[in-house]
Amino acid sequence: MTIKKEENPLKKVCVICAKGSIEDVYATLVMANGAVMEGIEAKVFFTFFGLDAITKNRMKKLKTATLGNPAMRMPGGLPFPSLLGVLPGVEAGVSLMMKKGMEKLDIPPVEEFLEMIIAGGGEIYACKMAAEMFKLEKKDLWDEVIDIITVGDFYAMCGGENTQIIFT
Amino acid sequence: MEEKTIAGVKVALNEEGYFTNPEQWNEEIAKEIATEEGIELNDKHFEVLNFLREKFNEGEVLSIRKVGNSGIVNIKELYQLFPGGPLKKSSRIAGIPKPSSCV
Repeated sequence: MTIKKEENPLKKVCVICAKGSIEDVYATLVMANGAVMEGIEAKVFFTFFGLDAITKNRMKKLKTATLGNPAMRMPGGLPFPSLLGVLPGVEAGVSLMMKKGMEKLDIPPVEEFLEMIIAGGGEIYACKMAAEMFKLEKKDLWDEVIDIITVGDFYAMCGGENTQIIFT
Repeated sequence: MEEKTIAGVKVALNEEGYFTNPEQWNEEIAKEIATEEGIELNDKHFEVLNFLREKFNEGEVLSIRKVGNSGIVNIKELYQLFPGGPLKKSSRIAGIPKPSSCV
């Protein structure tokens, strides 16, 4: 397939991550990293449970929900019985499988992925309201987080021609 | 597909300017394509280009992460060497197809 290029290309993406499961966080990371890879500016705003992705003692322990996730499948593709999801260790096992699967595809762990985004000029911010709610301070967050800012501050960065806001 | 003469050699490129026959590539061609991109190639650039060509020939899917783990440059340096789309630009200059990885 030939990709038709837009004459007036995208210049900046502002990505908002409000959820903290592995797949939600990775959706944000892939979109932001994909942008800087293409020479598109990227600013990322983590809020609510999304803050887990940039909280020092949680960012390495993200999980995939095994309950209330109708898209879950057993290895091999059979449906995943919801009741299985409540058993101790199942969520951890499933999350480990997800991480292994991603490593096989050369998708890095969260911290390394964030570093890649920053290496490409991307910027990482935390939401002030959510940080207050979860009683998180700057020192609790990953060192490369630029600042804890308000929604208004974030929107102020999202101006400019050919800018898109992406909510994952 | 189009044919273009770069540094005195006729090469086949696809619609997006990537080589369709990486065998036609040489260092002089690389320099000329890089100049088009506003990049003056130095030894470090060539180390990256040769790494990409080598991995491509081994059939590997290339990613920024792989280049970052190559020991030649880290990812930040890669962005500095090929600003504004490092993997795509370096692949085009290296005379290999457009990278197909999303990361």
